[in-house]
Amino acid sequence: MSIFSKITHLHSTTIEREALSPTNLPSPWGEGRLVRGAGWRSIPICVCSWSESVAVNQNRGPGRLSSSHGGSLYWQRLALGCLIAITAFPALAATPPPPSDLIVRDRPNDDGSSLGVEWTEPADLTSVDHYEISVDTRGGDGGFEKKIDVPVGTSSAFLEELSPDSNYLVRIVAVSDDGDRSSTLETTEPVSPKINWFNSGRTWLAILLALVCGVVLLYIVAARRGMKLWVRPIAGLDAVTDAVGRAVEMGKSVLFIPGIQDINDIQTVAGVTILSRVARIAAEYDAEIKVPTSRSLVMATARETVEASFLHAGRPDSYNPDDIYYLTDEQFGYVAGVTGQMVREKPAACFYMGSFYAESLILAETGNSIGSIQLAGTAQPSQLPFFIAACDYTLIGEEFFAASAYLSGEPQQLGSLKGQDFGKLLCAALIVTGCFMATIVALLATKADAGASSSMLAKPLAYLHDNVLGDEGFWPVEDE
Amino acid sequence: MKRTLPLIIAGITGFVLIVSYFLPPYENWGDVAMQWFNILAAIAFILGGGNLIKLNLAKISARRAGWGYSAVTLAAFLATLAVGLLKISVPPSEEFPASTWAAPYQSEGAAFWWLFEYILTPLNQTMFALLAFFVASAAFRAFRAKNVEATILLATAFIVMLGRTAAGVWLTNWLPAEGLLATLRLEALADTAMYVFNLAGMRAITIGIALGVVATSLKILLGVDRSYLGSD
Repeated sequence: MSIFSKITHLHSTTIEREALSPTNLPSPWGEGRLVRGAGWRSIPICVCSWSESVAVNQNRGPGRLSSSHGGSLYWQRLALGCLIAITAFPALAATPPPPSDLIVRDRPNDDGSSLGVEWTEPADLTSVDHYEISVDTRGGDGGFEKKIDVPVGTSSAFLEELSPDSNYLVRIVAVSDDGDRSSTLETTEPVSPKINWFNSGRTWLAILLALVCGVVLLYIVAARRGMKLWVRPIAGLDAVTDAVGRAVEMGKSVLFIPGIQDINDIQTVAGVTILSRVARIAAEYDAEIKVPTSRSLVMATARETVEASFLHAGRPDSYNPDDIYYLTDEQFGYVAGVTGQMVREKPAACFYMGSFYAESLILAETGNSIGSIQLAGTAQPSQLPFFIAACDYTLIGEEFFAASAYLSGEPQQLGSLKGQDFGKLLCAALIVTGCFMATIVALLATKADAGASSSMLAKPLAYLHDNVLGDEGFWPVEDE
Repeated sequence: MKRTLPLIIAGITGFVLIVSYFLPPYENWGDVAMQWFNILAAIAFILGGGNLIKLNLAKISARRAGWGYSAVTLAAFLATLAVGLLKISVPPSEEFPASTWAAPYQSEGAAFWWLFEYILTPLNQTMFALLAFFVASAAFRAFRAKNVEATILLATAFIVMLGRTAAGVWLTNWLPAEGLLATLRLEALADTAMYVFNLAGMRAITIGIALGVVATSLKILLGVDRSYLGSD
C-alpha cells in the first residue's frame, strides 16, 4: 500500500528511453497497442488517481501510447513499471534537466541596451515548459532579477533595456509545467553591452543609397550646366493639358484627389507636386479646379500650392480657397463625399494622384460612369490594376514620381530622372548577376564532380544574398 | 523667407533622419519625429473641422443646391463631437469607479461607441460592399477582347479565376499530379501566372517605385522641387 500511495501522489515523472523504451518495458500495457512517433524520446507518466485509468502520453511529441485495460496481469505490470520508474530515477521525479553551454555576447549593431544569450537545450525536453533568464544587475553580488521567459524549443534570446557599459551576469534555468526548476546555469564572467555607433548590417544599404543619390545629384548638376537630356514621352502626362482643356470646353470643373494619406506620405507629396502643375494649367485656361482632401494638413498644403500656381499663371483673382476643402479622415466617408460630388457636379476631368487603397476602384468607376476623362497615378502596386481598368491614363509606379519633373520640364528636375535610370541599371545588373550565379551553382550542384567550381560561385552568391541584400554587413562572416 | 525657412527645416530634418537610420543610438529619432507630426496633425484637425463647418454653413445659408446634405453633415459632425467630448453615457471606470468621466470615451456601452458600432461601421461596410459591383463592371470593361493584349489579359484572368476554384481543380484532375504534365493543371497554371509572371512584374514596379521615392525625396530635401510649397 505504501508504494501505491506513493504512486497516487506522484504528479509527473519521466522514464528515460534507454531504460524503459517500449520494446523492453516490463509491459504494464499488457497487450495494448503501441503508437510511437518519430520524435519519441521519453514517456512522461501522469497518475491522477489509482482508481482511475492510467493516461500515458508523450508531451509535445507526435507519438502517443494507448493501452487496453483489463485483467490482473495488466495491473501488476503497470505497478511494476511505476515502481521501476520511481526507484530507478528518484532525482528525475519532477525536476527538468538544465540547459547547457550558456554563452552571453554583446548584441551587434544595437544602441548598447541589449545582450544576446545562447544556450543548448537539454536532450530531454518533455518536462521543460520554458526557460527563465535572470540578470544580475548589481555587478555580481548575486542580486539576480528575472528578465524574460523563453518558451521551450528556443535556444537564443535577447535581453533588452539594459544599461550600456554596465556589467551583467546572466543565469538561465529550465522550468517545468508545474513550476519545478532545474539546477541553474550562469555565466562566471560579467558581460557588458556596448554602444555601436554605426549599424554595420546596413553598410551595403548606405553604399547603394549614396551611389544612387550621388548619381542623381550628378545628373542634376550636369543638367544645370546645360547637358541635353532626353526623357521618353509619357502618354498620361501629355494628356494633362488635354484633360484640363476638355473641362474648359465643357464648362465643367476639374477634380483632383491627392489620395487619402497625410502629407508625411511621399505619395501625397508627389500628388501635391503634380497638383501644382495641373493647377497652373487650370489657371492658364481659367478652369475651375476642386480638391477635396481627407487630411487637414493636406488641405493646408494644397491651398498654398494652388494659390501659388494661380499666382504664377497671372490669375490670383481666380483662386478660390474654398475649392480646396476638407471632408473627413474616414476612408469610406471620404469616398461617399467625393463620389456624391462627382455624381452631382459631373466634373469633366478627374485626377487621382496619391496613395489609394480600396477606394481606388469606387472613385475611378464612378468617374467612368459620369463620362469624365480620368488620369491616375499611385505607388500602391495593388491598386494599379483597378486604375488601369477604369481610367483613361495611369501613371505606373516610377512614372508617378517622375510626373512633376516631366510636367515642369526643368532640366535640373529631368536630371533626377536620369539618376533614377542609373538606379534601375544597377538593380538590373544585380538581378542578372544573382540569377546567373544561382543558376550555375544549382546546375553544378547536381554534378557530383563539380564541388570546387560550385563552391567557387557559391561564396560570391552567398555574399550577394546575405551581405549586399541581407544584413550581415560589409565583411563576410567567417564560419566558426 | 516664407518658402526658405520650411525648405531649410525639411532639408535638415530629412537628412538627419536618414543618417540616424544608420546610427543605432539615434535610430528612434524617426519615431520621435512621427510623434511630433501626429501632434501637428491633431492640431491641424481643428483647421479641417473649422473648414468643414464654414463651408457647410455657407452652403446652408445661401440655400445652394444640396444644402440639405450639408445640414445632415453638420448635425452629424456636431452630435458626434458633443457625444465624444462630453463622454455621454460612458460606463464607470473599473479603476476609478467614483469618477464619472474616468473611462475612455470609446468604452463599450458609451454613446460614442454606439454611434461608431451601429452607425459608422454599417455605413462603412455599405460603401465597401459597393466595391463588388464596381469590380464586376470594371472587369467586364477590361476583359473585352478588343485587341491582342486584352485577349491575353482575358485568357490569363480566366485561368487564374478558374484555377482558384474547386471546379478548376476538378476539370484538370485527370492530368498526372507530378511531372511535366502536372504543370498544365489549371491550379498549377494559375499559380504560375500569379507567382511567376505577376510577381516578376510587381517586383519590377516596386523597384521602380523605390527608386522614384529616393529621387523625389532627394529633390524635396535639396529644394530642387519646391512645387509642394507653392513655388518653382
